[in-house]
Amino acid sequence: MQSKQPILQLTHVSKVFGGSRALRDVAFELTRGEVHCIAGENGSGKSTLIKIITGVYTPEPGAEIVFEGRRFDSLTPVTARQLGVQVIWQDLALFPEMTVAENIAFEMNLSRRPRWVRYDTMRAQAQETLQRLGFALDLDKPLRDLTIAQRQIVAICRALVAEAKIVFMDEPTASLTQTETTALMDVVRRLSEQDIAVVFVSHRLAEVLEISERVTVLRDGLRVGVFPTGEMTQTRLTELMTGKTINHEVRAQDRSDAPVVLEVRGLSRDAEYEDVSFEIRRGEILGITGLLGAGRTELASTLFGLTQPDSGAIRLDGRALALRSNQQAIEAGIAYVSEDRLALGLIQRQAIADNIAITVLDELEERLRLLSGKRKSNLVQDWISRLSIKVDKAEDAVSTLSGGNQQRVVLAKWLATNPKVLILDSPTVGVDVGARAGIFEIVRGLAESGMAILMISDEIPETYYNADRILHMRGGRIVGSYAPVAADIADIELAVNA
Amino acid sequence: MKLDLPHTTEGWLLLVVVAMVALLGLSTDTFFTLTNFFDLLNSSAVNVIFAVGLLVVLIAGGIDISFAVAASVVQYLVAITVMSIGGGNWVVGLALAAIFGFGLGAINASLIYYFRIISIVVTIATFNLFFGLLMFFTRGVSIYNLPDWWLDRIVLYEIETPSGYAEITLPVVVMIVMVIATWLLIRRLTIGRQLYAMGDNTDGARRIGVNLAGMHFLAYGWLGLCAGLAGVMQAHRAQEVVPNALIGQELDVLAAVVLGGARLGGGRGSVFGALLGVALVTITQNGLNLLGVSPFAFRMIAGAVILVAITLSSGQGRSLLGLLSLRTKRA
Repeated sequence: MQSKQPILQLTHVSKVFGGSRALRDVAFELTRGEVHCIAGENGSGKSTLIKIITGVYTPEPGAEIVFEGRRFDSLTPVTARQLGVQVIWQDLALFPEMTVAENIAFEMNLSRRPRWVRYDTMRAQAQETLQRLGFALDLDKPLRDLTIAQRQIVAICRALVAEAKIVFMDEPTASLTQTETTALMDVVRRLSEQDIAVVFVSHRLAEVLEISERVTVLRDGLRVGVFPTGEMTQTRLTELMTGKTINHEVRAQDRSDAPVVLEVRGLSRDAEYEDVSFEIRRGEILGITGLLGAGRTELASTLFGLTQPDSGAIRLDGRALALRSNQQAIEAGIAYVSEDRLALGLIQRQAIADNIAITVLDELEERLRLLSGKRKSNLVQDWISRLSIKVDKAEDAVSTLSGGNQQRVVLAKWLATNPKVLILDSPTVGVDVGARAGIFEIVRGLAESGMAILMISDEIPETYYNADRILHMRGGRIVGSYAPVAADIADIELAVNA
Repeated sequence: MKLDLPHTTEGWLLLVVVAMVALLGLSTDTFFTLTNFFDLLNSSAVNVIFAVGLLVVLIAGGIDISFAVAASVVQYLVAITVMSIGGGNWVVGLALAAIFGFGLGAINASLIYYFRIISIVVTIATFNLFFGLLMFFTRGVSIYNLPDWWLDRIVLYEIETPSGYAEITLPVVVMIVMVIATWLLIRRLTIGRQLYAMGDNTDGARRIGVNLAGMHFLAYGWLGLCAGLAGVMQAHRAQEVVPNALIGQELDVLAAVVLGGARLGGGRGSVFGALLGVALVTITQNGLNLLGVSPFAFRMIAGAVILVAITLSSGQGRSLLGLLSLRTKRA
């Protein structure tokens, strides 16, 4: 794009919390109407930087903030807002019971002295702002009736009403479908066209590279650098964020003569998936990818006995399975690491040890059906060391662990059942880029030991670099099959996103 | 066949109230008289004043159990004050009631806001505190010798009907004023919208710049003010001040307001709904009375009616009843 003048420049920004330094002499620059991404792992200082710009935190002395030529040592939330800095929080900070119009134009209700509410003006302003973004929403609908994506539009409109010059978006696509994400990207472009700078924070690297013009990479509180996204790749960005070189190689193992462990034939369930057939061999990792709503998770639920198919057959080691419950699936040797680790996979407030041991409690019983503390702690220690889970004490609550370590605990819990088939649903959701490699290392090791693994993920590179074969699901059907050795990742991405 | 079912709690409640009215109108010959209607207004005025006050607190995301007891405290405070200044009059009495009531509400507000204690715990505590102090200082003794202005019935409108005189008395006027004032506050004034915002999403309200402390004082203060006025009106009707006359009323009013669509948890509720809620409870009792049902059955039946109405207005209950029409709508 053409040469743009800077709207915001930060230099020598540091921030110390207690003894630890969250930011060290960081610089940041934003030009008018630019789409800029801040990338970094958890704890890299991303959110601290954003909070300094939005006035929530005060930087250490020596920092200089220049906003449109005006100098500041630090900002307060009020001055930041007055200058036109707006944040679209992840939880959106909207009012579900109020109408769309009032949510968008709520600022009008914020007069210092009580005034009469001007519903007509609010509606007009909301309408006008929606038009600026090219959207149409029913202004009188309560917000709670809107989808998350529509609510996000409302939040963005609210920022526009407040005459935003810089809009921060914190993980805006975390709960959006692919189509909704695409629509949001269009909105971001429109904002940019209207000279509003957008600062994007996202864990999804593909998005970051697609939407932003430049990316500022932070690591351990230091600025690694600012890079134009034109010549950036996902791999390079990951390396910059983690400081580690990642050796990406596809798996090239021929398993066609290994015995089939799990065989699925013509499996269908009304409105979820149709005529699904595949097999997984001993030691094989089968990836299933596709957009949200392709029926992947529904298929996994059936394989784990949570739902029953309308027709078709599942065979494990050649024997037909008719699972009525997940208890039966576990007994048969199937383990399922669910997508929603926070809600379903772990009991967050309980100890790490209890979470690991929960699937095999009966095996830990001794006489009189009492739990053997010794057997339990042996089992727990064994898994903690086998999966190198970084724990202080096994008695700490799971919630004290990082995303990557939590995922390892989930794995340990299921591996303790000694499964033949391991189903992984989006195993890296909420796991830092750097910690993902460690998870996959474990998964590969499990395959090596003979486990059959079904890995579901909407991140195509994840399946591409870690699976032996990839199935593409769309609308409940399997529409494509690829072997990473013989296929180009770009082709798969094209086919999936088409 | 396509039924056009109401979409809102208020709509459902209106339906139930209309049905009750029709039923009672057909089964008794006294229900549909102006005398009975005016009687209903006179007798429910106190509860309506309580209800619109409580509505504001519920919208703001809180709850208050102490307001009925606070009203009793205000009755005593006003009585003692006017007697010590030599009599006073309505203007002084109402102004004092409003000030004392607001003050008691402000105590709740400061405890809830500054000590971050949840409102139900605070107001259960202040309920006991207010009532305990009242019983301690009055030793449970009622006041009968109120000033004349307080005891004299004020009839503002009167009409002779075949079934006797139909009258509108002062409490109804105070009720109408408070209903309109509350409606203006929550629907027409910007601070009212901020109240809704706080109840709806406290964090969101804080971030956009709503003054949460101010909103707490506004909500609990408004309820206190309403409770104070209601207390004075109740004493006017009862012709005496009895320390435990209002105790227990808080739950009836709470049930009526929640019935009227105010959400426990905040952000939702309307004056119209609260009025309908009180109307339903009042009409039920009145109807049972006219039908000659034993007064011992009143509470039981009123409880059952509230349950039915709440079930109907809840999402699940609605889909149970309107399964057919909801299906056609979805298609």
